Amino acid sequence: MLHYLKKEAEKAERKAAPAFIENVSRRGFVGGALAASGLVLAVRIPGASAREKLTPYPTGGADMPHGYGSASDPNVFVSIKPDGSVTILAHRAEMGTGVRTSLPMVVADEMEADWSRVSIAQAVGDEPLYGNQDTDGSRSMRHYIQPMRECGAAMRQMLEQAAAAKWGIDVSRVRAKAHKVVQLDDAGNETGETLGFGDLAEAAMALPVPARETLLFKTPDEFTYMRKGETKITDLHDITTGKAIYGADIRLPGMKYAVMIRPAVLGEKLKSFDGAAALKVPGVEAVHEIEGFHEAPRKFAPLGGVAVVANSTFAALQGREALSVEWEPSADHAGYNTDAFFEEMSETSKKPGKVIRDQGDVDTAFANAKAVFSEEYRCQHLNQAAMEPLVAVARVADGKCEVWAPVQSPYGAREDLAKALDLPIEDVTVHMTLLGGGFGRKSKWDFMVEAALISRKIGGAPVLLQWTREDDMHHSFYHTVSVERIEMAFDDAGKVTGFRHRSVAPSIVSTFAPDSGYQFNIEYGMGFVNTPYEIANVRCENGQAFAHTRIGWLRSVSNIPRAFAVQSAVAEAAHQLGRDHKEFLLELIGSDRILDVKALGYPEDFWHYGDPYESFPVDTARLKHVINLATEKAGWGQELPKGQGLGLAAHLSWHNYVATVVHVDVKEDGTITVPHAVTAMDCGFYVNPERIRSQVEGAAVMGMSHGLYSGITFKNGAVEQSNFYDYEIARMSNFPKVVDVLLVDPQPGRNAAGVGEPGLPPFAPALANAVFSATGKRLRTMPMGEKVA
Amino acid sequence: MATFTVNGESRSFDGDPGTPLLWYLRDEAGLTGTKYGCGQGVCGACTIHLDGVAVRSCVTTVEMADGKVLTTIEGLHPEGDHPVQKAWRELSVPQCGFCQAGQIMQAVSLLSANQAPSDDEIAQEMSGNLCRCGCYQRIHAAVRLAAGGV
Repeated sequence: MLHYLKKEAEKAERKAAPAFIENVSRRGFVGGALAASGLVLAVRIPGASAREKLTPYPTGGADMPHGYGSASDPNVFVSIKPDGSVTILAHRAEMGTGVRTSLPMVVADEMEADWSRVSIAQAVGDEPLYGNQDTDGSRSMRHYIQPMRECGAAMRQMLEQAAAAKWGIDVSRVRAKAHKVVQLDDAGNETGETLGFGDLAEAAMALPVPARETLLFKTPDEFTYMRKGETKITDLHDITTGKAIYGADIRLPGMKYAVMIRPAVLGEKLKSFDGAAALKVPGVEAVHEIEGFHEAPRKFAPLGGVAVVANSTFAALQGREALSVEWEPSADHAGYNTDAFFEEMSETSKKPGKVIRDQGDVDTAFANAKAVFSEEYRCQHLNQAAMEPLVAVARVADGKCEVWAPVQSPYGAREDLAKALDLPIEDVTVHMTLLGGGFGRKSKWDFMVEAALISRKIGGAPVLLQWTREDDMHHSFYHTVSVERIEMAFDDAGKVTGFRHRSVAPSIVSTFAPDSGYQFNIEYGMGFVNTPYEIANVRCENGQAFAHTRIGWLRSVSNIPRAFAVQSAVAEAAHQLGRDHKEFLLELIGSDRILDVKALGYPEDFWHYGDPYESFPVDTARLKHVINLATEKAGWGQELPKGQGLGLAAHLSWHNYVATVVHVDVKEDGTITVPHAVTAMDCGFYVNPERIRSQVEGAAVMGMSHGLYSGITFKNGAVEQSNFYDYEIARMSNFPKVVDVLLVDPQPGRNAAGVGEPGLPPFAPALANAVFSATGKRLRTMPMGEKVA
Repeated sequence: MATFTVNGESRSFDGDPGTPLLWYLRDEAGLTGTKYGCGQGVCGACTIHLDGVAVRSCVTTVEMADGKVLTTIEGLHPEGDHPVQKAWRELSVPQCGFCQAGQIMQAVSLLSANQAPSDDEIAQEMSGNLCRCGCYQRIHAAVRLAAGGV
């Protein structure tokens, strides 16, 4: 996400023509099923382990800043000590997805290391060396499975070569197996001679890294850890014993504690402040203005304000209470009221907007329609609200800057820190702690720059800047607010002949470039222009809406409002036509086919999650399959007691096909409860099914939070919510009790899709559809509220 | 001056008696396993035991702890092998892990008061502990699993 937005911002700065991010000429459009990519030929090695050649498939990882760096190089990512202990680097951010386990596990499996002898080290922010580290967009596995397998395979082959050299035999007579290399006789049987990885480490590491085209990979039946789901996350013991280190757990000698006060309304500037009372609070040592950046686009620049520095967090908090601060009002955003804004967006959605996708003749389809469906769906702003509030420790002294933080994008942060402090990038170090959740907020490093500026202001002492929960609620980069209008034209037979989708929402791009009021191709690519239905006439239009707060991304981004709108509308249309929702949805998806997106009128700059289309072609059969799986498991069509109902939604995002059925039981007082939900997922090649399940279970809870409880509203430019008592999320008193996860077995040629985000979008619409089934009440605004009136 | 026992060790604090235990534990005692999540007692991330009972350390002051016994996640079991911790690992409960110390402390307190809680009792007793990653199904199952061994 970040990468594309940066490019967008640069483009705006150049005042270039509205070109888009991807190199379109590179993207071929494939028609044939599975012609795309993946496993091409398998070569069995006589007498040795079954290994295969793999033809690499292109992903957008190569186009990310610094591409893959040296991610395939075992000299960078793996080290083996003479005692045989192996250390593997984790270069992506661990925020709960399990990536700190899953990617090193890929390396370990491919190199035949014994996981019990592997430890994980966290890389610092250094993309030229490690490859891109921007951990969002469900990209870690999608982009790094291949380089990590290459890294492991290269390491294995180096160990095998070292063993063969030691024994003076041909490399075909050796085979790495469970942390040692075994010798084989001419018939391929083990001779009993072995050399441990530790014995081979020095010789192996001195060998040249084998060329990519000479690498042989393990076949899936040879996997030890991949796809097994039996490997515990590497931090499990530390997490359960309080030893895991998150952002606020860094302790440095002489470290100070700081909090800041920031403007409540975007565009407010510090006019004056009086820190005298704050300085009288015992423990408070300093009060400083921290300059903000006040020109749009603000990107991730600090908002500015006043920092209170103390010898403990509590003293700093008390000092902040004692501050008197005056702000200059914001000319542009003090009038932002989300209630009124919804009405404006609704009016906009009723008029034609900028045409983004146009296929067939929608106007004629609607003019000739026997019946028409038209409804709008609203989503409030959301805050990522990770359990760990933002926090960073910084030390800026002796011409060097060192920062420790729970950050999703350590190298982007490092670049910006260098700029903000006017230091060469070599003199800036960014350490990644564990993240207590991220969900997109910790891709934005304003809090790290603040910490560094405070450290410099106080003369270089290390400082821990703690954001309070209230700070986190009031100064986020919010998930956008939106109105999505869905219209369908039906013929005499009840077939959908026309489909019009109008999207109105302030754009993320407003944070990075002058705000045109229009969205951009990344937002259009998230369930707007690419609804995969077999309808002859389709038009997608974008109506203008200007941003009055910092718009950012939150897990699954624009897929949240699009899935909510489209999947609710399909259920509503089915009801209007007297059809079964599932049958109607399958009919809309239509025949089994690989979408030819050019023929479907997709925009020239269609964004396919940043990846080449041919590596992840859209296959409608896969979407239908997960719908069939989920509905079958959930007992679709069964008679349920009064007040209960099933709801279905299916949504494709990050190349991952997901269908969810939610079973709702509405209690006598109207409380919506979810005794059971089923999600079927086809994410292609995968390595850690246990963590995929945990992501899907969590997505159900977050989907329930967004569906029923969470909403950020603005009044006179300021956020109205402050903490978890008014920005509510699902609690254990009401959560999806049982979540069944059905994972489709990987098929050859179906490449690894993203997993962290795609489980989320279908949950809220499935919930809304279930509430309708249970009560006949149709809820079209997220959050819907815990009780049905 | 407040004196109390923290994880079996006698300690005293002569700073502001209104200091929340959370900040005392983290900034003074160096026990960072107890987490700051909301500061208002509404998320449960800072849950510790005061005389064996779960409290939110962000809204419990040092003064209120005078003469009492405090237990944090670090002091629950010397090897980290309390049955609740083991159940947590057995079921791979955590995702990001940030709220888990508070969840575990709440679960231990619940099980010491009620050794065989019903499903509804588990849900009610644990409902003050938020998890944004959404590990509730596994938290619930882990409490049930631990109930067999506590």
